[in-house]
Amino acid sequence: MRLLKIVPDHTNIDFVSLRGWAFGLTLLLSLLAVGLTGVKGLNFGVDFVGGLMIEEKFASPPDQDKVRSVVDSLGVGEAALQQQGGPQTLVIRLPVQEGADEGATNAVVKKVETALGQAFPGATFSRYSTVSGKVSGELIRNGVLAVVLAVLGIGLFAIVRFEWQFGVSTIVAIVHDLLMTVGFFALTQFEFDLNIVAAVLTIIGYSINDKIVIDDRIRENMRRYRKMEMREIINLSVNETLPRTVMTSVTILLALVAMLALGGHVLRGFTAAMILGIVVGTYSSIYVSSSLLITLGLRAEPEGIDKPRRGGVDNAERVGPREG
Amino acid sequence: MLDFPRWKVASIWAVLAVLCALAIPTFLPESMTANWPFQPSRVNKGLDLAGGSYLMLEADTQDLANTRIEALREQIQGTMRNGTPRILIGDISTRNNQISFMLRDPSQVDAARERLLGITGGGAGMTGQREWDIQVVDSSRFVLSPTQAGMNEAIKTAMEDATDVVRRRIDELGTREPTIVRQGDNRILVQVPGLQNPQALKDLLGKTARLEFKLVDTTATNPADLVKGIAPIGSQVLPYPGNPSGIPFIAVKRSVIISGDQLADSRQAFDQQTNQPNVQITFNAVGGNRFARVTQQNTGKPFAMIVDNKVISAPNINEPILGGNAVINGGFTVESANQLAIALRSGKLPVALKVIEESTVGPDLGADSIRAGILACSVAVALVIAFMFVTYGRFGLYANLAVVINVFVILGVLALIKGTLTLPGIAGFVLTIGTAVDANVLINERIREERRRGRSVVQAVELGYKEASRTIFEANMTHAISGIIMFILGSGPVKGFAVVLLIGIVTSVFTAVTFTRMLVAQWIRREKPKTINI
Repeated sequence: MRLLKIVPDHTNIDFVSLRGWAFGLTLLLSLLAVGLTGVKGLNFGVDFVGGLMIEEKFASPPDQDKVRSVVDSLGVGEAALQQQGGPQTLVIRLPVQEGADEGATNAVVKKVETALGQAFPGATFSRYSTVSGKVSGELIRNGVLAVVLAVLGIGLFAIVRFEWQFGVSTIVAIVHDLLMTVGFFALTQFEFDLNIVAAVLTIIGYSINDKIVIDDRIRENMRRYRKMEMREIINLSVNETLPRTVMTSVTILLALVAMLALGGHVLRGFTAAMILGIVVGTYSSIYVSSSLLITLGLRAEPEGIDKPRRGGVDNAERVGPREG
Repeated sequence: MLDFPRWKVASIWAVLAVLCALAIPTFLPESMTANWPFQPSRVNKGLDLAGGSYLMLEADTQDLANTRIEALREQIQGTMRNGTPRILIGDISTRNNQISFMLRDPSQVDAARERLLGITGGGAGMTGQREWDIQVVDSSRFVLSPTQAGMNEAIKTAMEDATDVVRRRIDELGTREPTIVRQGDNRILVQVPGLQNPQALKDLLGKTARLEFKLVDTTATNPADLVKGIAPIGSQVLPYPGNPSGIPFIAVKRSVIISGDQLADSRQAFDQQTNQPNVQITFNAVGGNRFARVTQQNTGKPFAMIVDNKVISAPNINEPILGGNAVINGGFTVESANQLAIALRSGKLPVALKVIEESTVGPDLGADSIRAGILACSVAVALVIAFMFVTYGRFGLYANLAVVINVFVILGVLALIKGTLTLPGIAGFVLTIGTAVDANVLINERIREERRRGRSVVQAVELGYKEASRTIFEANMTHAISGIIMFILGSGPVKGFAVVLLIGIVTSVFTAVTFTRMLVAQWIRREKPKTINI
């Protein structure tokens, strides 16, 4: 049986020479993402801004203007509507209720449900959640803290296990991945809620995973080919790991696309964020983080590299140069 | 590296078999496992899958501070009046979280201080710290303010009691497997799966259910004063929505003649004449005696039945009530009477609780989500399996076996730790399926490379596993770091995702590396292949 090879054997793409273009493109996209976020803002879920979210399932696709006028006539603040899943499901979001005692929000849920039930026979609520302003503040704080800690923690791990240049280039690449993800949410105006923070953290974990694999190979090749130029080592390492990089990304994307298509609407934003993150993360592993190592001045024989490290290669000279 | 003694093979299979077996009860309907001699632990469905309510309750610490001050005020009055010699004091003010009062005779300062120390726990309370600061201003005015340590201790005790009360009330509703946990200093997390009417739960938990009987101050009847809240000394104005006089306020004496602490039971019932729903309460022996005594002493006078500082009704005491039974009438519906009965019977909350976060998922959406999640998982597994097989052939097959076993192993571990599977948790499964094969991709690609470099089959396989293992360890470490952070800082669903991810990281290293290496080693020993198709 002939086996499938997505990436042919012995690729020799000169990634390092392309890095000027890549850096330019990366910078452009990053600026675009920041600009977009600044202009359009993010569509924060009730987790982060506080307020009330009601998901209502209608018997038939409802007239959104009518729903809006029904809810607005209750005098509970301006309703934001969003279709989710099928055309019969509508998410209604309302701002934090004044006079924040628990009775107020309860009353609003009840009011909206009754009003919609009368105006649209057969409408039932699927879920609702209310978050007070106090809790949403904490959730934002924890979310931001989690992302920052993850970036720092993993960057630190990379510095301890490798050279400092690896740590820095990894962090730069992650910041790039984060900007892209946030920019994506600004562009699509998908709801940015607590689940998305989990997605972002996973993207960080995955993206670094990818970079560590390449970094690990660079380190191995630095020991193996002591005389080789740095840019050659990086090109060689990225090319050698390319089949794995592509294979893994494709398998994970296969799994995620299944989730996106079949996993129900509640997690759609979450899965979309992951898919984007995998694509962006793969790109930044190949172009951003490894190429940045040269710019950061990683030398072929930095001090300390000869010291055997935990899990390091013990006899580096056992392999001859690569044929082909 | 490829040497697998018999005991090792046996133990690897045994571990996997046990873990997979742990996953089985989760798939069986509960009715089937009910008769088993032991109850197997199974994976719980999270609220987003099972439907149900999640409530975050926060204690109103200001309310607690007020209660403490009010209690101390009564104690001060008592000890000054009843001690010998009697110490005369002026009005006690309880403004700004402080208690202050004036001595009529400044020469009694030392005696008064002595008594205050007595009732406030002297120099050291249970914690070894003072609970109240006692100051003397202008040689005759006492100012008492709560210390931070005392307040913290009070919050802690109140939260412990409140959690018990919340549990009793939820049990009264007859809901299955509620989760009630204290969170942080002043919060209680409540999760009730499959609840159809979250409103009733919230109404019930929103009630402090502080029941007090006080005498009505019949001297204060001026409507203008009542509306403004002005009452004679020793009395207070309370809201009375059902007041037959039409003014929604009434003045009552401050001192409590009997409180709900002495209740033995309370039930919803119907008034025999009007057939209106009401609440029947029964005092315990102590309460019953006391109730008999006060009704004897006050026959003919009206008294107010007060729940949570709101007067429900203010009937006349027509005759002494000796049996320890009383009836609260007050325009109830069956539902509200039942709720009050439950609340009274489960004891009063030592502190008012407020819902600060809530989410409720209808059972239909939950069922939809499970169906969608299982479908997505199956399709994801199928796609990954097909892809791995066409890419790596036999080695892909081994990896696939590892992936499938891994799914069950994760479920088994989740059941073992009685974990909860949430919707993001299912996404965690899908992601783990994707990343678990990453380990095999790393290994197989490495074997391909080593073969290209001209190594023998055995050498290539051995090196492939050895070199890739280091990378796999490092890559999984980074995953684990973000997983741990999510677990610590994440709330609710995010935690569910992190748990699956973390379990998956550990188990996938075992299945994807150790288990497949064993399979490959056995195959090589059996077939002794000269060449491999990879």
